Amino acid sequence: MARISFTPNLQRHLDVAPCAVTGDTVAAVLAEVFAVNPRLRSYLLDDQGQVRRHVAIFVDAERIDDRRHLSDRVGADSEVYVVQALSGG
Amino acid sequence: MADVLYVATRKGLLTFARVGGGWRLVRTDFLGEPVSMVLADRRDGHLYAALNLGHFGPKLWRSTDTGQHWQEIAAPAFVASEEGDGPSVTMIWSLEGGGADRPGSLWAGTLPGALFHSADHGDSWQLNQALWQRPERAQWFGGGYDQPGIHSICVDPRDSARLRVAVSCGGVWCSDDDGVNWTCRTQGMRAAYMPAELAQTPEIQDPHRMLACQAEPETLWVQHHNGIFLSRDDAAHWQELLDVEPASFGFALAVHPREPETAWFVPAVKDECRVPVGQRLVVTRTRDGGQSFESLSRGLPQTDCFDLVYRHALEVDDSGQCLAMGSTTGHLWLSDDQGDSWQELAGNLPPIYALRFA
Repeated sequence: MARISFTPNLQRHLDVAPCAVTGDTVAAVLAEVFAVNPRLRSYLLDDQGQVRRHVAIFVDAERIDDRRHLSDRVGADSEVYVVQALSGG
Repeated sequence: MADVLYVATRKGLLTFARVGGGWRLVRTDFLGEPVSMVLADRRDGHLYAALNLGHFGPKLWRSTDTGQHWQEIAAPAFVASEEGDGPSVTMIWSLEGGGADRPGSLWAGTLPGALFHSADHGDSWQLNQALWQRPERAQWFGGGYDQPGIHSICVDPRDSARLRVAVSCGGVWCSDDDGVNWTCRTQGMRAAYMPAELAQTPEIQDPHRMLACQAEPETLWVQHHNGIFLSRDDAAHWQELLDVEPASFGFALAVHPREPETAWFVPAVKDECRVPVGQRLVVTRTRDGGQSFESLSRGLPQTDCFDLVYRHALEVDDSGQCLAMGSTTGHLWLSDDQGDSWQELAGNLPPIYALRFA
């Protein structure tokens, strides 16, 4: 199964542990983790559901292209990593 | 006089309290996080802190035990459009209680320039569509920030349905019916930063800060981008106060809670320079509705001073005697004599955004 993990900096604000996910797109994977942790949504996405300007998401070390619809593919064994961009500090 | 002072800073929410005859920092919350606004709700004792997280967006936290414990609550947000190209709240810039007769009612002003209301202590928020849909909003523009924003919300203590809101840059907006209908009232204001033909246009005025006298709320004071303005008729007409020394430019404003003729300002060099005039920090005070101003400097730095006081960082308490002032360079001062003299409570704080007495 694919796994998603998060920057430790998010831990200052809320509990987010790495976990296994089954979705095959970034949108589906995030929907899974938001279902368990609804507060997380507003930390990663803006009011319109787009990835916040200073948040970056990588799938297998590739930064995602589609920050609006989150349609980048996630493979069965992919590693999804959510980090803060240095631009927002 | 007040004995607790909340200080919203670039690196956390600080609580100062009177201890043994002096003031002391007694608690730090949200260490390292930018706190854009704080509200100590006198109706129920709730404390609200708006965070502006650089990476993770605006957040709102509430404490029901004066800061011992905090809970994250809903932050004002726009409804997502189908295309996903609508606006998003980028900062909570103002936060006020919705009136003594409406416990739990809160108003929030944001960047971009939107007004939100909560009827349930901030558990949920609704955009005020009537103001957001005003066609004049297309003429608003950013002042200090890229986007226009609502920084001042005055709720009439006699009638909670009467709202007066100031926008940088978007004028002064008034509603007498709980935000259903709005009118822009800036007659007498002028915008020196616009082409002369547009100087009187209402929706491009830049009130840096607006406050009403709590005892006589038809008296409103505005520290505007290019001057100080006073209205004695509920924003219907504004009078510019000319020849204010050492300058009429600034951001901060405090108004005596019971004496509508008394107000305080912190002048600076216009427009982009924004340091104290002559690098000597003073507070100006009028007791006669702006006919004359005193320049108060006792206890304030009089050489090599760079301190700027933001619009929410000058505060007067309910007694009208005690003032607090915080600066961009992390100085915090307090006066127990209406500004005649000041004592420094701290000199190495983060940049200070907002103050509230409790």
